[in-house]
Amino acid sequence: MSGINYSEKIPNNVDLASNRTLQRALEHWQPNYLKWWADMGPDKSTSFDVYLRTAVSVDPKGWAHYDYVRMPDYRWGIFLAPAEAGRQVNFGAHKGDTAWQEVPGEYRSTLRRIIVTQGDTEPASVEQQRHLGLTCPSLYDLRNIFQVNVEEGRHLWAMVYLLHAHFGKDGREEGEALLARRSGDADNPRILTAFNEKTPDWLSFFMFTFITDRDGKFQLAALAESGFDPLSRTCRFMLTEEAHHLFVGESGVARIIERTCELMAQHRTDDVAKLRGLGVIDLPTLQRYLNFHFSVTSDLYGSEVSSNAASFYTNGLKGRFQETTIGDDHRLESAQYPVMEVIGERIVTRNVGAVTALNERLRDDWTHDLENAIERWNRIPEKHGIGFRFKLPHKGFHRRIGVFAEHHVSPDGKVLAEAEWTHRHQQWLPSAEDRAFVQSLMGRVTEPGKFANWIAPPRQGINKQPVNFEYVRFG
Amino acid sequence: MQTAELIRQHLIDPEICIRCNTCEETCPIDAITHDSRNYVVKPEICNNCNDCVAPCPTGAIDSWRSIAKPYSTAEQFAWDSLPAAAEDAGNEDRPGDIPEEVARFAAAASQAQGGTAPPPWSAAHPYVGLYSLARPAIATCAGNFRLTAADAGSDIRHIVLDFGTTAFPVLEGQSLAVIVALAGGQHVRMYSIASPRNGERPGYNNVSLTVKRVTEDRDGKPVRGIASNFLCDLKKGDQLSVAGPFGSTFLMPNHPGANLIMICTGTGSAPMRAMTERRRRRLALKEGGELMLFFGARTPGELPYFGPLMKLPVDLIDVQLAFSRVSGKAKEYVQDRMRACGGKAARLLADENTYVYLCGHKQMEQGVEAAFAEICGVDWNAMKERMRSAGRYHVETY
Amino acid sequence: MAIDYAGKIPNNVNLANDRTLQRALEHWQPRFLQWWHEMGPSDFEKADVYLRTATSVDAQGWAQYGAVRMPDYRWGIFLADAVSDRRIHFGDRIGQAVWQQVPGEHRSTLRRLIVTQGDTEPASVEQQRLLGHSCPSLYDLRNLFQINVEEGRHLWAMVYLLHAYFGRDGREEAEELLARHSGDADKPRILTTFNEPISDWLSLYCFTYFTDRDGKYQLKSLAESAFDPLSRTCRFMLTEEAHHMFVGETGIGRVVKRTLEVMKELATDDAARIRAHGAVDLPLLQKYLNFWCSSSLDLFGSEISSNAAANFAAGLKGRPDESTYDDHVLRDRMLDLQTPQGIEQVPALNALNEVMRESYLKDCEIGLKRWNRAIERAGHALRLALPSPHFRRSIGSWVNQPVTPEGKLVTQDEYAGRIGEWIPTESDRAFVRSLMRKVVEPGKMATWVAPPERGVNNLPVEYEYVKLGSE
Repeated sequence: MSGINYSEKIPNNVDLASNRTLQRALEHWQPNYLKWWADMGPDKSTSFDVYLRTAVSVDPKGWAHYDYVRMPDYRWGIFLAPAEAGRQVNFGAHKGDTAWQEVPGEYRSTLRRIIVTQGDTEPASVEQQRHLGLTCPSLYDLRNIFQVNVEEGRHLWAMVYLLHAHFGKDGREEGEALLARRSGDADNPRILTAFNEKTPDWLSFFMFTFITDRDGKFQLAALAESGFDPLSRTCRFMLTEEAHHLFVGESGVARIIERTCELMAQHRTDDVAKLRGLGVIDLPTLQRYLNFHFSVTSDLYGSEVSSNAASFYTNGLKGRFQETTIGDDHRLESAQYPVMEVIGERIVTRNVGAVTALNERLRDDWTHDLENAIERWNRIPEKHGIGFRFKLPHKGFHRRIGVFAEHHVSPDGKVLAEAEWTHRHQQWLPSAEDRAFVQSLMGRVTEPGKFANWIAPPRQGINKQPVNFEYVRFG
Repeated sequence: MQTAELIRQHLIDPEICIRCNTCEETCPIDAITHDSRNYVVKPEICNNCNDCVAPCPTGAIDSWRSIAKPYSTAEQFAWDSLPAAAEDAGNEDRPGDIPEEVARFAAAASQAQGGTAPPPWSAAHPYVGLYSLARPAIATCAGNFRLTAADAGSDIRHIVLDFGTTAFPVLEGQSLAVIVALAGGQHVRMYSIASPRNGERPGYNNVSLTVKRVTEDRDGKPVRGIASNFLCDLKKGDQLSVAGPFGSTFLMPNHPGANLIMICTGTGSAPMRAMTERRRRRLALKEGGELMLFFGARTPGELPYFGPLMKLPVDLIDVQLAFSRVSGKAKEYVQDRMRACGGKAARLLADENTYVYLCGHKQMEQGVEAAFAEICGVDWNAMKERMRSAGRYHVETY
Repeated sequence: MAIDYAGKIPNNVNLANDRTLQRALEHWQPRFLQWWHEMGPSDFEKADVYLRTATSVDAQGWAQYGAVRMPDYRWGIFLADAVSDRRIHFGDRIGQAVWQQVPGEHRSTLRRLIVTQGDTEPASVEQQRLLGHSCPSLYDLRNLFQINVEEGRHLWAMVYLLHAYFGRDGREEAEELLARHSGDADKPRILTTFNEPISDWLSLYCFTYFTDRDGKYQLKSLAESAFDPLSRTCRFMLTEEAHHMFVGETGIGRVVKRTLEVMKELATDDAARIRAHGAVDLPLLQKYLNFWCSSSLDLFGSEISSNAAANFAAGLKGRPDESTYDDHVLRDRMLDLQTPQGIEQVPALNALNEVMRESYLKDCEIGLKRWNRAIERAGHALRLALPSPHFRRSIGSWVNQPVTPEGKLVTQDEYAGRIGEWIPTESDRAFVRSLMRKVVEPGKMATWVAPPERGVNNLPVEYEYVKLGSE
């Protein structure tokens, strides 16, 4: 079961050949997908040979097979983590029931919406990043962005498989619509706002993979707990791929910090203008990018108190992060959870029913994960004897959704009047000048082993290859 | 020796790790755990199965230290970075250690197996890494013969190295590393040994290599291979530095009834020659076990060992040659030959005593696998997986 | 007349004698500086820039060079010298004395003309404010800043007219000129073209070549005006405007030169290889020309315009180089106008926008001839060309007509399918952006542009034209 059948048109480990109708439907969707990739995938990259990882089976030995591949020839397919015998619904009202192999009729439209919303983010990020290859800081990074792109493409396949296999005609129509929407399109945009913004430069890309793909991780982890077993298995395998995206982001920013700290120590300066003159990104600018991406991504979790989130949970559709390792009743009928609200000029915490605060809880888990990672970044300036430390802004900072949407909150958590916010927000968010400066550093470096001036080389290469390995060959 | 007591401990580099939890999720025996700082490997549980290595997105998982007493999980939790590797041996690596280049090469070469494979259960115990890059063995060139026809496009040579009184015990399927001193350091290349365990000439302390002179890269651009040209230009009596032996899995079974299916192209024939020669020398013992060889080249003139192969007795080995560039004949590749002999190959595959060896260019993998998938009559992926985990499927492609 | 540099506001209009006006302008000045600080090239406020400043409006004095920090640039009010006994020389009042004050019946029209012209000046500074971060050389950076400070001065020129001749209305309009911002969703600049950001230097060269040339034509037609202060203001502005077009023409010329070098070096005209070498392939340059030329043509307005007729008849706005025409009244004269429906006869007075557009296009040809000569000398068959004036128009009788750059009418489907061959696609723009890396070592140039033939004010090309503050 774990072996992937690569001799078929659509590689899969779901025994697609035995379901002719489904196979035909997906084979019909496949050319539309490839057309989408040609139109909206990485710009002018079709002739590149890229040193990519392809899954040849879903077990640990097989899922990381490395070789040169042209991206349009990447074997996108359908891979589910192995089924767990006797798996049950692990939370909510149906706790203890056998996990569902088919969609329960009463949850059909809810599950479809959950899957479509998740699925829509995957091609969106490919579209957002499609021009970044032109300004790659190294072949190593170019290879990494392409790896991220093909895997986002595969995640789209994963969601489309669920739509086709379990949602009939509606599902097939949604599958088409996923290819029809376009990031940033005025008429037919992607569903979530954050996925309609541009990813204009590599710093934004690294921040996006560090922060927004981490939202992806937590959403997938919550869906991996689902009582709907095919969704759970799909998401479990996707999580293994998602980890690479987080790595690209976290190590990408870390390498930028490293390079800046190197020059700060060498020139004994923290003068922003001087550092910019040396062609590196000053740490306060990095902090502003962090503030921006953190606050915008926070909104993706939705309102602090949400009856939708409660019903997803109670109905067994979407669990908490690492649900099964949490030691409680997994029903949350009487548990409480603290959420914030603004009263006058004060931010206070009050307890609400835990089952209604699941968005907030997932956001908190994600924030906690980010804090850990930022701690690791902070070891870099520390190592260089530099006092600067990165810090996540207050969760109320620069929010558009939830209780803070109507308020202005500073990064250190003070409620500000409109005028003060207008006056000061430029210090906290990247200004047009910051963005133009970062943009001006973005030039293409494609000599193996060479890196743009603003970023340090990685500690090690991919798959034990040396850092100066030719990760991308141009056709 | 004190070094014999060192343990090779599996660690996670906290400076590279991003705490994605993939390793902990993957580990089949729960040997990985974490606290709020670090992910760590529990030394008392980890059995070095390496399941966690490939899924790690960062490479942090692939860290090892040779140490007398393993670091406890408590010690590991406190780290900001890995402790420096032991300096007691100075900058020299110790016998038994696999040099980084060699490990990387070996991992890449066996990738198409779909995971690590144990050696055949009856394989002899190999000696590995007796001589390191820092402390190599010195060998003397005892012969250098061209194997390909004078008019053939490629210059493939049979090179005999003699170790004199230096012990250099090898098994069929093992390889050694040739070290070429350069102005800026050294250049290292791995070569499979083409002679059986008791010497190129029985009873002598020598080995042979099959070396193709590299004059162009894969895209046909002119490039002069450093090591291959060094070897091909060796004259009798020249000395060279060698590390090894290396390889502890791509080994032949010792037990008499074992069948071997060998598939190769070009200089990938070296280990096949070693195994065949081993069996040939024991032919009189009538130990049984079938040999089947699929060997591809562009023309007979470019096929190393063409002459000697033609002289092997048919009751020793079934030789199936495929030529892709013989004028007037349709192109034929090893996979086509395999299909032509599908019945016999299927019968052998079904036998638990059959071992498969694949060696040559990476390009051949796909065709060969497709041919197996057709021939075997069952789910090839599952079968390959079974054979691999039983040490019956070995790949070395480059 | 010499310029009074002693006052807060340098001027050659004897500002000290009109205390009310002086106070009004001194009140406006800090607002202007605040606007410059917020919307100008503010990351370079500390840089010493080798700028030209006018010290008098005559030939000797108006080009004094020296290192200046931009916020310290002496923006002021300079009018060309008065011509004695100047007469209205076109329209229905031909032969009468020109006006030193605004005639009541033309007050609102003149105000609108001045505000529209004035609005474009700060707009272009706003559009270009981030370009300094990706300058291809110090020489280019200096040119950009020269353009910026002079656009700022043109704003001063228009604000002077508003303050001096339009009373309270005028002062309010002057405030508005600082309140509107290019690309602002709530308070955009008046003309669409001036709300698009100029995000790369190839666009800047095209903008200065095509759009600033529209500015030149507008200024020339206003320099003919019967309202003498407007005429004198615009005449002096034209001397400054010429530098902007120089930047555009030599900029594109240097791009062509560099591309030809790369084509020769690689012995190829393969766009992908040229791009990989960090240069702009000629077909891509052609797309940029098509884009900027067509959008600049819209600035001339509709082919048939009763406003233009009225402005001409009233003597408010003439034709550029009015004196070179025979008939300055244009009553009873007809003109052939090409429309999608065929040739139409229209009164010449109503077709003045089109007349201006045609003479503008002729002016645009000059640079193309020069660039094409370089291409021809390099032995290539390709020629750069201006697109048809009917291509991609969003105003006038050709609005939304599916016309190719060659002027052929095609189906809507073909047009939609091929537009990416004619104007830059998103991926072309991304490529051009990827070339934009800051080069600030004196004498060094970015990969995609050749060095200029000579430096500024006879200084060598490798002169340090901008001394970046902190380095």
